[in-house]
Amino acid sequence: MKKIDAIIKPFKLEEVKDALSELGIEGMTVSEVKGFGRQKGHTEIYRGSEYTVDFLPKIKLEIVVADGQVDAAVGAIIKAAKTGKIGDGKVFVSPVETAIRIRTEEKGDSAV
Amino acid sequence: MKKYLLTLALVATANFGAISVRADTSTNTPPPPPPASVEQRLESVEAYFSNGDPTAPLRDTNGNIVVTSPIMSSLSNSLGSTYTYPGAGHNAWLLTSTALVLFMTLPGLALFYGGMVRKKNVLSVLAQCFLITGLVTILYIICGYGMIFGGAGGAAAMKLDWVYGVVGNPKVCWLFANVTSAPNPGYSYWVSENVYAMFQMMFAIITPALIVGSIAERMKFKAIFVFITLWMFVVYFTQGHMVWGVNGIMNGCWNADAKIHGLDFAGGTVVHMTSGWTGLILCIILGKRLGYPKEPMPPHSIVLTYIGASMLWVGWYGFNSGSAVAADIIAANAFTTTTIATAVASFVWPMWEWAVKGKPSVLGFCSGAVAGLVLITPACGYVLPFGAFWIGVVAGTIPWFFCYKVKGWLGMDDSLDAWGVHGIGGMCGAIMTGMFARQAANPNLATNLKAYVTDKWNQPQLIEQLKTVGVTLVLVFFGTLICAFITKMLVGLRVSEEVEMSGLDLPEHGEEGYHS
Repeated sequence: MKKIDAIIKPFKLEEVKDALSELGIEGMTVSEVKGFGRQKGHTEIYRGSEYTVDFLPKIKLEIVVADGQVDAAVGAIIKAAKTGKIGDGKVFVSPVETAIRIRTEEKGDSAV
Repeated sequence: MKKYLLTLALVATANFGAISVRADTSTNTPPPPPPASVEQRLESVEAYFSNGDPTAPLRDTNGNIVVTSPIMSSLSNSLGSTYTYPGAGHNAWLLTSTALVLFMTLPGLALFYGGMVRKKNVLSVLAQCFLITGLVTILYIICGYGMIFGGAGGAAAMKLDWVYGVVGNPKVCWLFANVTSAPNPGYSYWVSENVYAMFQMMFAIITPALIVGSIAERMKFKAIFVFITLWMFVVYFTQGHMVWGVNGIMNGCWNADAKIHGLDFAGGTVVHMTSGWTGLILCIILGKRLGYPKEPMPPHSIVLTYIGASMLWVGWYGFNSGSAVAADIIAANAFTTTTIATAVASFVWPMWEWAVKGKPSVLGFCSGAVAGLVLITPACGYVLPFGAFWIGVVAGTIPWFFCYKVKGWLGMDDSLDAWGVHGIGGMCGAIMTGMFARQAANPNLATNLKAYVTDKWNQPQLIEQLKTVGVTLVLVFFGTLICAFITKMLVGLRVSEEVEMSGLDLPEHGEEGYHS
């Protein structure tokens, strides 16, 4: 099993979710996060005062998939989230030791 | 603080007993005067349309009313004379205007300022605006109205002042004595004196509330309480009397014995210059907010500011057009000039931003509109539409430059730009009134000011306006220093660092604006 963390632009969430659903991935956790990478922040001006805002709003999407699905899932995320402009985000893949469904206590791939 | 409150309460209760209906003490009534002729009665009514004196046709050559007419009411005004019934239309417009001007403070200005502070201080601004509304009403009822507007016109009445033509006598109209629904012809032939007094009270309320913009996010609530109480007497009631009292020393339009022939239709000097420049001095005395200018202090809700600014524009029609104290030709012109100047300024300010910074901001649209309203305030009843246009252009330019550049150069923390918009704006407006006042806009300029308003931009009125501005600045400078010093001695001015860091809402008011 692998965990995929994807940091994407907020307005791309629906497209990414639809692309993952088409692959049969049936669950995900989404949170609103703030951060910056190469895109850096932006400047806000209020009358005479200028403020640099470093942290930009992004969406962090977490899914755990079976090893065989990883490449397809990552490919779908990248395809759906890409605009080609700076700030599109990143995808991180990491191993997961185990997974348990609380209701049935199933373990492993059948639990995700 | 407690002693102060107690004293205030005692003074109020002890004296409200003094209000009484004027009793009819005459016993040997002389034979009643003859009834007015139909011509006389018609002339009285016709005066309604020109906002003229309805009693003029009823008087003899000595000025005594010698006939009876149904237009005369049994009510007497604060001058102690019986007068006519108020005129329905004029009274209706002033009643409406009074509500509109209150609407400017609550909630207009409160939201305008509330949106510009940080989340943790939003309630402190709302509380300060409401405190001022109640506090100023109490002071105004006790003696503020009398100090500004009490007494009759002319040199004889000036001698009755505490300081000749400068500081009015607080004993006149003490606790609103004899301020009734009868008009006071010193200020209006057709509007009830109590309506006029309430209308003017709303100006007295919004003026100190404007100061909040300079000192937001760091001044103690207690200190605002004490400072505003002192300041109303030292600065506002004085400035109001000088400029608007019929016997005021700077009331150029109505006082033939004025020493400086100033013009201030709706309060460019009385309201905006006093509050804006007081804000500047007070914010320098207070010092910068912790972390200013390094730490970001962006407005927490431009949406609230937008709503507040829009309400201010609507309310300002009462402020400016209502200052004609009638629904007459002058009010109609003031409404027009107010709209033109405000719309032009709200356009010009963000255009400067667009040109210089690359983006027109919502705060820029709001600030431009308010600056336009400020500049046209002293001028609206005296200038023509073309004058209003140029006033709008200047309003979108000079206050913009002061907020964007000059404030930074001077390095003081005028939190919400009360000085840049109201202080500088009010001053520009007062000066431009001198350049653009025209007899065609206001027939009253053709009497006492005939020699000053000559319909050229460099007319002698310009010099009179500069003198008015100078006197206002001197009064505000020394008045504010004195009030701030006394306040500092009594209760201190600034909140502790801890309170400032946590925001004023919880420590000062025990509430939070938002729960999340």
